[in-house]
Amino acid sequence: MIYRESGQFASSYAKDMRMFPLLQDRWAFGALLVFAFVVIPLIANDYWLSSILTLFLIYSLSAIGLNILTGFCGQLSLGHAAFMAVGAYASYNFAVRLHTPVLVNFLLAGFVAAAVGLLFGLPSLRIKGFYLAVATLAAQFTIEWVLVSFNWFAGGSMLGAIDTPPMNIMGWDVSSNLDKYLLTLSVVVVLAIVAKNLGRSEVGRSWRAIRDLDVAAEIMGIRLFPYKLLAFMVSSFYAGVAGALYAFCYLGSLEVTAFELAVSFRLLGMIIIGGLGTILGSFLGAGFIVLLPILISQAIVFLHISGASDFLANAELMIFGGLIILFLIVEPYGLARLWQTIKEKLRLWPFPY
Amino acid sequence: MEEFLFFMEVLVSGLLQGFMYSVVALGFVLIIKSSGVFNFAQGSMCLFAALGMVSFWEAGIPFWLAVLLALLMMVVLAVAIERVVLRPLVARPPLILFMATIGLSFFLEGLAQGIWGTQPHGLDIGIPDRPFKGFPIDVSQFELFAAGVAILLVVGLVIFFHRTRIGRALRAVSDDHTAALSVGISLRMIWGVTWALAGMVALVAGILWGTRLGVQYSLTLIVLKALAVLILGGFNSITGAVVGGLIIGGSEKVAEVYLSLYFGLGGIESFFGYLLAMLVLFVRPYGLFGDEIIERV
Amino acid sequence: MQATGKTLRVLLALALTAGLMLAAGCEKDPQQSSAEADTGPDVADNEQFIPILIYRTGPFAPGGSGIGGGYEDYLVLLNERDGGINGVKLVFEECETAYNTDRGVECYERLKNKGAKGAPVFHPLSTGITYALIDRATRDKIPIISLGYGRTDASDGTVFPYIFPLITNYWSQNTAKIRYIAQTEGGEDKLKGMKIVNLHLKHPYGQETIPVLNKMAEMYGFEVTHLPVPWPGIDQKSLWLQIKKIKPDWVINRNWGISCTVPLREAARIDFPRNRVLGVWWCGSEEDVVPAGDAATGYVTTNFHGVGKDYPVIQDILEHVYGQMKGNISPTRVGSVFYNRGVIHGIVTTEAIRLAQSKYGNRAIGGTEMQWALENLDITEARLIELGAGGLMAPLKTSWRDHEGGGLVRMQQWDGTKWVPLGGWIKPDAELVHGMIKESSAKYAREKGITPRTKPEDGI
Repeated sequence: MIYRESGQFASSYAKDMRMFPLLQDRWAFGALLVFAFVVIPLIANDYWLSSILTLFLIYSLSAIGLNILTGFCGQLSLGHAAFMAVGAYASYNFAVRLHTPVLVNFLLAGFVAAAVGLLFGLPSLRIKGFYLAVATLAAQFTIEWVLVSFNWFAGGSMLGAIDTPPMNIMGWDVSSNLDKYLLTLSVVVVLAIVAKNLGRSEVGRSWRAIRDLDVAAEIMGIRLFPYKLLAFMVSSFYAGVAGALYAFCYLGSLEVTAFELAVSFRLLGMIIIGGLGTILGSFLGAGFIVLLPILISQAIVFLHISGASDFLANAELMIFGGLIILFLIVEPYGLARLWQTIKEKLRLWPFPY
Repeated sequence: MEEFLFFMEVLVSGLLQGFMYSVVALGFVLIIKSSGVFNFAQGSMCLFAALGMVSFWEAGIPFWLAVLLALLMMVVLAVAIERVVLRPLVARPPLILFMATIGLSFFLEGLAQGIWGTQPHGLDIGIPDRPFKGFPIDVSQFELFAAGVAILLVVGLVIFFHRTRIGRALRAVSDDHTAALSVGISLRMIWGVTWALAGMVALVAGILWGTRLGVQYSLTLIVLKALAVLILGGFNSITGAVVGGLIIGGSEKVAEVYLSLYFGLGGIESFFGYLLAMLVLFVRPYGLFGDEIIERV
Repeated sequence: MQATGKTLRVLLALALTAGLMLAAGCEKDPQQSSAEADTGPDVADNEQFIPILIYRTGPFAPGGSGIGGGYEDYLVLLNERDGGINGVKLVFEECETAYNTDRGVECYERLKNKGAKGAPVFHPLSTGITYALIDRATRDKIPIISLGYGRTDASDGTVFPYIFPLITNYWSQNTAKIRYIAQTEGGEDKLKGMKIVNLHLKHPYGQETIPVLNKMAEMYGFEVTHLPVPWPGIDQKSLWLQIKKIKPDWVINRNWGISCTVPLREAARIDFPRNRVLGVWWCGSEEDVVPAGDAATGYVTTNFHGVGKDYPVIQDILEHVYGQMKGNISPTRVGSVFYNRGVIHGIVTTEAIRLAQSKYGNRAIGGTEMQWALENLDITEARLIELGAGGLMAPLKTSWRDHEGGGLVRMQQWDGTKWVPLGGWIKPDAELVHGMIKESSAKYAREKGITPRTKPEDGI
């Protein structure tokens, strides 16, 4: 009823090609931004800001990066967390050694991660599918090894840990949980819009062609070499920025184990459950993987069955694993597809036939 | 001479270790061959099987009976997985199935530890982990035994695949699903059988590694090495799993020992296998023995 | 048929999503989500809330559940036997971190404001979570105690006012290990020319002791080789082949979880004497040696507390807690290394609360009050005997500069069935460690832009 495109005509090419062609979608997007920038800071408490929302945004950003690589371009990666580590360590080193401004610093961290991503993207020219996925584990372990082995990356710290300096952006002292949330949110919104548009551009279409069938794409005149590498670079760039945010806006002090293999798997889970090849899906998936275990554990505390703590802790794992399987059976193409289905229903509602 | 003996010792112990990797990798190969699923839960299945077996044994059930019971348990599990996870997800993209097995691994880890607890168990199957006396180089009796078990397992599987009716059906399915279906082979039955076989392999791997490490959660981590073996050998080749295991086991030990002793670059074992496998993939993109996937437009 | 199937699917998914959102809504106010901390404002002041971060799953579950269980049991003991601390009942809530940093941070944020005065103190039980909480806890003014793990340079209270690596840290421990070696070999001069291998996890935690060992090697003239164990350390054959070639006199086993167990089997295979393998205390629990079977017999590790049930306080727990079926862990694990370590966590925490009460009154204690207490803690031998914990731990005395407060370490040996104490308390080389801590904490202060405290009241 409300959600209907009738009466909306694009009168120029620019209008026809905008990001949200429907007025209702534009309103919804605007409302979402207002909600995130204005309403949440007003209503959310410290607990939500500092332990859930910021983390959720950071993982969403990293998941967008992985989605560009896996969802858009079809190249599987099991080493995405390592590029977050590169970003975190790079941003720390720029901040401590060169004292670059915070935002420049994040950007540089992204570029360093992109360069490393380029290096580990090279095998993709020859290797495909799960072979590539397992080969990307090499990236995970090699990067971890390098960061642990050479103390220089941790500023010579005897403990091998990095401690991020305080942040100040043109007089704005980013120190409270709210400040950090807002900074993260701004970076994520900008980069998410960039990613959305990248997906709709010529580059994005080439990536999709490669994903669907790279031999066919090649025959159509898309050069695989630069496009696959570009996907690796852009993807690692996002991971790098996310890693820098993780270090500066979420933890403050950390060591390389914060980016262990399990994080890579969690990121892959986010994009598969959220929906491959969609920006929205990256957010939904990050929400699922970040929030669900917390919800389950809260529910268990709420039920409060005493005397069986060991079993309950393990039950949490079982429920989590079970729900992943259930979601895949119910909607194998992810939460974003679910949203798509709802939208289509809404357009016809209340007269579906 | 002493240097040479030391080198031989490093190499031999690496090769023997390679057999231990192969046993884990075999479980993956079986499932990929028949159903194309990359089963991330293989490590959790090892934990589940070994934890079950040890718990039966500690409850006073004789060793062989405990193994048999654990085997039975794995068959039941295989049937359950086929019914609950695989059947609803049939014909979905491989990535979705892969994700489902990640979910499955969480579930199995929770289940195994929920039932049998998180405390590590010692497991002594009566074969001493000591070198033979009088040899110029140290070779552990247990490792020789493990290598023997691995070889027996492979020979058994090869005979099963080539000489039995079900085995032939399995090979038919791995060659071409549709063609196999059309000649009347039941895919569901075949998947049940493969997962049960993979469960059996998981039990063997769980017992061998459990003797080494104790039966505890960390058994799930043995897949990390097996993955490198898998890509080096090729995803769907039993031979590849064995040869890959030997190559990775031997070369990584030699590399680790000599790079560490002479260049101070220690701890490279965590990624050496993957780098080596990646190099091999540059030459042969489907592993040493894997089937080439021919893409047509 | 097809259409209904699809509709059903969508409906099911919608219901799930709605359920999730509903649950998220319920969770909005973390104050209400717990049954235990849900107390009215009138009674809250004579209830002391204590948050428990724990991990009962994953590869390190024995450590998490053992320490967490011992800690909880001690709190229950005080409630059951003494009616709390000076009439203030102790209530605690558990939060599963799964040894995952993000989850640990969430647990911290979830529990920090509970109770009348908020959480008085946190034990993160993981080095990764300890790092993650340094910034947050300092800002929230809630002390973090990391007993025998965590950030070594936080022993410097002038830079880390809210972080307390109490009792002892890794650097102190390693100087004590070298002293033990000297004792066993018959004097410090015997160290000269000795070969020691430092087998450590390739991991920031594992590498932390490299500098201190290098310094001591220079001081005493022994030769130390650092051999890194690649994560996860389930296969350490290549390392022991190297050890066979190096032929060291001693091997230091600095690992965690499964990688603690593997070296014992490997040592047995090359016939390296097990009583010359020196473990870190995280490699010195029953759970580390039992899977190694006979190979573990004779193995020596450091520890900072006693093991076994032969302490009045453990007997009291068995009587008052397990006797009334109020235990938090399997009774068979009472008296084990991790369990007793948990009891120590309880003693240190509650003694600090008691001290804070003596200054601020017999009521619930908050973060800043606890911080004062932790900086003025003095648990004497006499007090320990009063608590029924004589010999269970060494006396502890902290100050606003020194957040370690003792550093005494003892050795224990596995005799095949149980841990046996080996000699008395060993004093670490405080001077050497102090210099290194100052150097490292100064770097931290510089990077974080912190001005070190010059008197106890600064920056609190």
